[in-house]
Amino acid sequence: MVSAQKGQTMVITGNAVAAYGAMLCRPEVVAAYPITPQSELAEQLAQFVANGVLDAEYVEVEGENSAMNVVLAASVAGARVVTATSSYGLVFMYDALQETSGFRAPVVMVNANRETPGIHAVSSGQQDMISTRDTGWVQMIVENDQEILDQIIMAFRLAEDYDIQLPVMVNYDGYYLSYLAEGVEIPNIEDVDAFLAPLKQQPERQKLVPGVAIGCGSHGMEMGYVEARYKHCQALERVKDKVDEIDKAFGDYFGRYYYGQIEEYRTDDADFVILVSGSATGTTRAVVDAKREQGVKVGLVKMRMFRPFPAERLTKALKGKKAIGVIDRSICFGWKYGPMAMELRALSPEIGPAPIVSYIDGLANLDINIPHIERVIDEVGAAAQGKPYQEVTWIPMEE
Amino acid sequence: MVIKHKNIFKTESSWSNADKLLLCLDTGSWRTERPVLDKEKCNYCGLCALYCPPQCMKDMGDHYEADLAYCKGCGICATECPTKALSMVPEGEFADG
Repeated sequence: MVSAQKGQTMVITGNAVAAYGAMLCRPEVVAAYPITPQSELAEQLAQFVANGVLDAEYVEVEGENSAMNVVLAASVAGARVVTATSSYGLVFMYDALQETSGFRAPVVMVNANRETPGIHAVSSGQQDMISTRDTGWVQMIVENDQEILDQIIMAFRLAEDYDIQLPVMVNYDGYYLSYLAEGVEIPNIEDVDAFLAPLKQQPERQKLVPGVAIGCGSHGMEMGYVEARYKHCQALERVKDKVDEIDKAFGDYFGRYYYGQIEEYRTDDADFVILVSGSATGTTRAVVDAKREQGVKVGLVKMRMFRPFPAERLTKALKGKKAIGVIDRSICFGWKYGPMAMELRALSPEIGPAPIVSYIDGLANLDINIPHIERVIDEVGAAAQGKPYQEVTWIPMEE
Repeated sequence: MVIKHKNIFKTESSWSNADKLLLCLDTGSWRTERPVLDKEKCNYCGLCALYCPPQCMKDMGDHYEADLAYCKGCGICATECPTKALSMVPEGEFADG
């Protein structure tokens, strides 16, 4: 495998890009229920099937719970499958999410991040993804439209890897990315075939076969339960290196690298680091550059993967830093910190006694804008110099 | 931590062969009554075997018989039997019960 041909550049929305990404991987069964802000994606996939661009069974379901159960069953029967959802839809399939990962079904799901029930918010936020972090899925987060497409292709290679066999959720900020039209290079389908071809070289996974009395997900009593859970957790650990490996292979072939579990930006000589994810990363990168020009030694870590938690890579990137600021686009019920800040605190023994400063921002479509990030960098910079700092700040509440 | 891997499942996911492995739990010990067959009434239709939750009805050629190591005594076979050939009898009435 040398490198891919140049693809066609199109200016399309994040939702449409996601549909292209899924289509290029030639799924055999698609089941998705439309929900704002993902609807365009479900429509575009249906259009691909209707136009004969995609040779797949498109199952029109009555809700998201059915969507996940349809793709789970098809996956267990051996098909390549894809689905997409958001917010209420994601939590409506909560039991099916656990069923899917418990069955070790390599389902790929696109999730356009949106706030979740309780406060009816038709707006962006990562609360849906956070609410499903304990379902045993791999959770990836992307920054822009091109990364949506590229990460979906990588997700199939990861999910269906024989050593992994886990469902993968590709998250992008609803509204910010779902409706944002950007120039995106759409690879040629033959090149996507070539990138996914190594999957055909591996041993075949177990599938349902007509007439053969085999079952999956049963025998959950006592040791059967323990063994299945143990293997699942071990597979999630293997995901970490595999994500880095697949990212490298993708970059070598298509020319675009995302650096795997996390991206470290100007962290090597940084005194302190801002940790951020999703569409806010681009803005943060620009502010970091501007602050660097003023001589502020700040770096950025982009969280590309939330589950499994990239503990080893984060430790390597953050060890010895004087302070870490974390911008969360969601909240953590029962802890005052944001979810990513809270989880990063679990790494305190490894990364050292640096202050971890938590910021809650960008909930419900409120922008994580340049002044907000400047403020975060100023405050975390002061904390790095040993000055007093506030542990948690809900930025919009203080404006 | 010492991991003594049990290897119940031969596959990465929790696949099991229903012919052999489905009957692996000691469900027989749960039983408080057992299905008893009246061979005169049995027409060998197989509905009892089809409905049996632990799939323990053994095909005897002209009738079905519950494998008592796994029959949990739920009585679904007796309820579904169209000819009422099966009846549930309390375990206390058997010498081995």
